[in-house]
Amino acid sequence: MCLGVPGKVLAIDGMSATVDFFGVRKELRLDIVDEPVSVGDYVLNHVGFAIRRIPPDEVQETLALFDQILDVSGAKADLMAADVRGEIAAAKHKE
Amino acid sequence: MAAKDLFQELKFRDPVRARALSEAIGHEVAALGRRVSVMHVCGSHEQAIARFGLRAVLPPDLELIMGPGCPVCVTDGPEVDEAVALAVQGARVCTYGDMLRLPGTARSLADAQAEGAKVDVVYSVSQALELAEKHPADEVVFLGSGFETTAVATAAVALANPPKNFSILSVHKYVPAAMNVVAESPETNIEGYIAAGHAAIITGWGIFEPFAARTGKPVVVAGFEPLDILAAILKLTELMRAGKPEVANVYPRCVTKEGNLAAQRSLWKVFRPVTGRWRGIAEVRDGNLDLTPEYAHLDARKRFRIDTSPVRDEEAEEAAKGCICGSIMLGLANPGDCALFGRACVPESPVGACMVSSEGQCRIWHTYGGVPDLRKVGT
Ligand code: SF4
Ligand code: SF4
Repeated sequence: MCLGVPGKVLAIDGMSATVDFFGVRKELRLDIVDEPVSVGDYVLNHVGFAIRRIPPDEVQETLALFDQILDVSGAKADLMAADVRGEIAAAKHKE
Repeated sequence: MAAKDLFQELKFRDPVRARALSEAIGHEVAALGRRVSVMHVCGSHEQAIARFGLRAVLPPDLELIMGPGCPVCVTDGPEVDEAVALAVQGARVCTYGDMLRLPGTARSLADAQAEGAKVDVVYSVSQALELAEKHPADEVVFLGSGFETTAVATAAVALANPPKNFSILSVHKYVPAAMNVVAESPETNIEGYIAAGHAAIITGWGIFEPFAARTGKPVVVAGFEPLDILAAILKLTELMRAGKPEVANVYPRCVTKEGNLAAQRSLWKVFRPVTGRWRGIAEVRDGNLDLTPEYAHLDARKRFRIDTSPVRDEEAEEAAKGCICGSIMLGLANPGDCALFGRACVPESPVGACMVSSEGQCRIWHTYGGVPDLRKVGT
């Protein structure tokens, strides 16, 4: 639960945003994010809430980092990758 | 090389930089000229440290210990009992997946669920809210666990006028309290702390300044990549050698000094720190987050008469006494010191909380072969 996962904002509807996480669309709440978020921004997700807008120059590094974590193929025992995948899978699907 | 240059060039996993950092740490520790212990207080850090074998590249005179870094692990048995009792009494209890198999004094929510109680695993507190809307005849109780980063999400829901049949059973915990408890324990001998980056996103790194000033120990806020952690250790040993009890932030890509102010306002409107027991540790001053009087109407402890006597079991409590989670979280022992580790206590049937969550230290050591400290291999 404590690991944050970044995603790209595709659409915003009031306090709710549709966010792309490595190809999977999810709905996130925007109640507690630190700065105003617009379409195209990247945000860090924590339990279904955006907790931080990622400054643009950090985006590539942060994404690369998560790509690497997710990439550890066949590493069933990799708890960190499992947590990241779990977070992505568990975030609410956008109908 | 000045450590500052290394931090600026941080590319997270570059082996050349890792080696440079490791060497620089070696120099600092050699210059200190004695055996030193530092502590991190975050399950995500332990995962990265164990997974990348980081302890193997640290000098033998530097001990890197995991403190009480997982809010699930430190949730006390009687707190779980309250949730189990509510479920048994007929409420619909919603909680995060980590909490499902966490043992109470005798039973877990998973046990209650198997016996027919309504227990739902949710990914987000907003899903619990949706369940309350969908089941207006049910009392929906959200068992809110996690440190302040997670409590902020609970607070956001409390502030958004939830339906009448929704309430909160808070077992949220407060990170700075975890460090206090270690620093004040007479047996520990920790000389510096690595603080968890995610909690600091909300509270800002400034929150650790009073701690550093009071204890005379430096604190470094770190991210979750191997180089983040090595850089933090280097910075920490530099501060230790210089005798500077300062707070440094080597995770500037996510953490600022002030943190997320709007989130903090929400958090402290809904929650207040109170003293409570942490599993295996003790009473922790200001360690728990309880609902404020203003939000008492959402507090499950106020709304319901919770009778835990039918779900408690003194005998099972007795059996769990072999568990040394508490000492492990205070840095006084490691999982290998527990007679139950990998025998009576395994992830499939955990005896203690540290074997339950994916970020509990016993669970991590078990997953990574029991000896994530590679320096000890073959000795
Ligand atoms: S198991 Fe991990 S993610 Fe869950 S609360 Fe513990 S430290 Fe956080
Ligand atoms: S191995 Fe199990 S019983 Fe022993 S300290 Fe860890 S969680 Fe407790």
